[in-house]
Amino acid sequence: MAGFYEDERRLRGILGWIFSTDHKRIGLLYLFAILFFYAIGVLLGFLMRLELMAPGPTIMRPQTYNAIFTLHGVIMIFLFVIPGIPSIFGNFFLPIQIGARDVAFPRINLLSWWIYMTGAFLAILSLFTGGGPVDTGWTFYVPYSLRTSVNVPLAVFAVFILGFSSILTGINFVTTTHQLRAPGMTWFRLPLFVWAVYATAWIQVLVTPVIGITLLLTLMERLVGVGIFDPAKGGDPLLYQHLFWIYSHPAVYIMILPAMGVISEIIPVFARRTIFGYKAMAFSILAIAVVGSFVWGHHMFVSGQSDLASIIFSLLTFLVAVPSGVKVFNWVSTLYKGSIEVAPPLLFALTFIFLFSIGGLTGLFQGALATDVHLHDTYWVVGHFHYVIFGGTGFALFGALHYWFPKMFGRMYHKKIPYFAWALLFVGFNTLYFPMLILGWKGMPRRYYDYLPQFHSLQWISTIGSWILIAGLILLFANLIYSLFRGEKAEGNPWGGATLEWQIPSPPPRENFAEIPRIERGPYEFRK
Amino acid sequence: MMETHKNDIGSTFGMWLFLLSEILLFGGLFILYSVYRYNHSQIFHLAADALNRPVGALNTLILLTSSLTMALSIFFLKNRRPERSLFFLFLTIFLGLFFLFNKYFEWASKVHHGVYPNAPGLLERERGEVLFYGLYYSMTGLHGFHVLVGIGLLSVMFVFILRGKIDHERILPLKNTGLYWHLVDIIWIFLFPLFYLIT
Repeated sequence: MAGFYEDERRLRGILGWIFSTDHKRIGLLYLFAILFFYAIGVLLGFLMRLELMAPGPTIMRPQTYNAIFTLHGVIMIFLFVIPGIPSIFGNFFLPIQIGARDVAFPRINLLSWWIYMTGAFLAILSLFTGGGPVDTGWTFYVPYSLRTSVNVPLAVFAVFILGFSSILTGINFVTTTHQLRAPGMTWFRLPLFVWAVYATAWIQVLVTPVIGITLLLTLMERLVGVGIFDPAKGGDPLLYQHLFWIYSHPAVYIMILPAMGVISEIIPVFARRTIFGYKAMAFSILAIAVVGSFVWGHHMFVSGQSDLASIIFSLLTFLVAVPSGVKVFNWVSTLYKGSIEVAPPLLFALTFIFLFSIGGLTGLFQGALATDVHLHDTYWVVGHFHYVIFGGTGFALFGALHYWFPKMFGRMYHKKIPYFAWALLFVGFNTLYFPMLILGWKGMPRRYYDYLPQFHSLQWISTIGSWILIAGLILLFANLIYSLFRGEKAEGNPWGGATLEWQIPSPPPRENFAEIPRIERGPYEFRK
Repeated sequence: MMETHKNDIGSTFGMWLFLLSEILLFGGLFILYSVYRYNHSQIFHLAADALNRPVGALNTLILLTSSLTMALSIFFLKNRRPERSLFFLFLTIFLGLFFLFNKYFEWASKVHHGVYPNAPGLLERERGEVLFYGLYYSMTGLHGFHVLVGIGLLSVMFVFILRGKIDHERILPLKNTGLYWHLVDIIWIFLFPLFYLIT
């Protein structure tokens, strides 16, 4: 093995990985841990769909179903999507793309991986201890989470710990971007992926503490009964929802912004054109991060907050569509008159634009006060956020894997297979989630174990979709895993990218650059 | 050849980001306090009257003084007087412990009078009073925990100076610990009037 895979003198074998402070090794540690939890999350989703294939009990009891949808949400959100792109690709590529040898705090970076693993371990432990798996849904809403007999305290504590990891990673990336840019790497020469991870890191630092204190208080409520969220003691459950969503709505942007960064990297390279409207792209990232932090109340339109608050939150929600629209139009404009090569990474990027647009546009229905009363807590919402999070972030992650795979592992995957995998994924995805939009529109509530006969055919179609989707996932990852061992050696710059990571060997050497580069042009200037 | 990654400005920058996240952690509690105070202003007013104001004032004085001794400790280390720096660091640790000592007896007397979370006697009182004490224990408790962590960090710094691991050239860890200590102090400056003075 070459590059950073070569063992250091100090530590060898597995120890050289789990105690390494090299940002690339830590990125790979995250990659394997996160994909492992993703596989579990997919399995849980598969079981849920199987249960819902027919009305009435199919393969499990109602309590098991409640535990499984909670676990599916907790694992997918806190262990997969939130850390996903920033912790894997941010760790690996942010320092390289700004011309640095590592992040600003390499040891804290390693610490945050360990904290992540501790949180994940506690989350798993909570399934088998106390009163058993949590059945509250991933939102842990009070007062139910205070009353249910299941193991809420440990699960809540696990998420609190995961938040710590997120904050430390955020601090690291913000500091790295400010302090370690190579000479000549001005703010407007930063690749857009760096901008996206940078903005995400700010959100992580600023809002994660708020869910930290919320969960801490929920924990105290369970352990000693302080009464702050308990309506029986005068507490206000609505305040729990406010504090929860002050974090958890911006968390949606923690999930999607890095994905947008990935797309902005892939599209110029495979259209052989510089990005359309670089500054508009950079500022729209910041605008989404800022405005997106003030829209949390749109989760509470039917919770009993004041009408005035709802109107303001609704307006702000619509405002987020403006910078999001800017991004979509600029990606499409970048493709215009480009010399397009539909390689696997671009295929996933284009799919991102399509699915994210459906996800974004369906979101507007919920953002409108009147229609939300009809759609709130229905399958419409489930369909909508899977289009955004899976169709958006998930497909961007597949795109990122196929784009950076040769750089990370020094090998190229089989280039035909991703097209077949993509076809299965695309068909499976829409068969799985589009019926949910219709189901919700017709009034099927989310999180229900059973349903009325008129929903049967759409539920059945949706379950069939989940099988096609999983077949696609297996094919996609089988190809990558096979190529990890048997793939052809990759060149330094197989796609002809202009950003810094493509100017060094694949895989990168241990300290990335023999000599810190001097930057004299923008990230998407392909002509020499 | 591995380079040593050392960046003083970067470390301070990161420390400030961490402090920012600490402020938002307490921020959640301050939001809850303001909403509940607005909803139960009369009862909060009466409940605040029942807290021991002299002890609160003494603790404020203690923490403010400890910030001074902290600053002096940094000042003397910078001026190559480690023995004086150690003296003031010791004083800072002592004042921190003194603060916790007072806090312990303050809490103990409340508990003794049956005022603690979930206490049967407390739950019979007005809802606003339950919330007041819920917030009192949560906020001063979280703050007290931060003081405890601060004392731990200061003790590590004490050992580092003693062993010469940090000195006038490598002063940054002490400075960053100082920043943390001042933050803990500032949070108390807000807690004191909110719980003891506004009646």
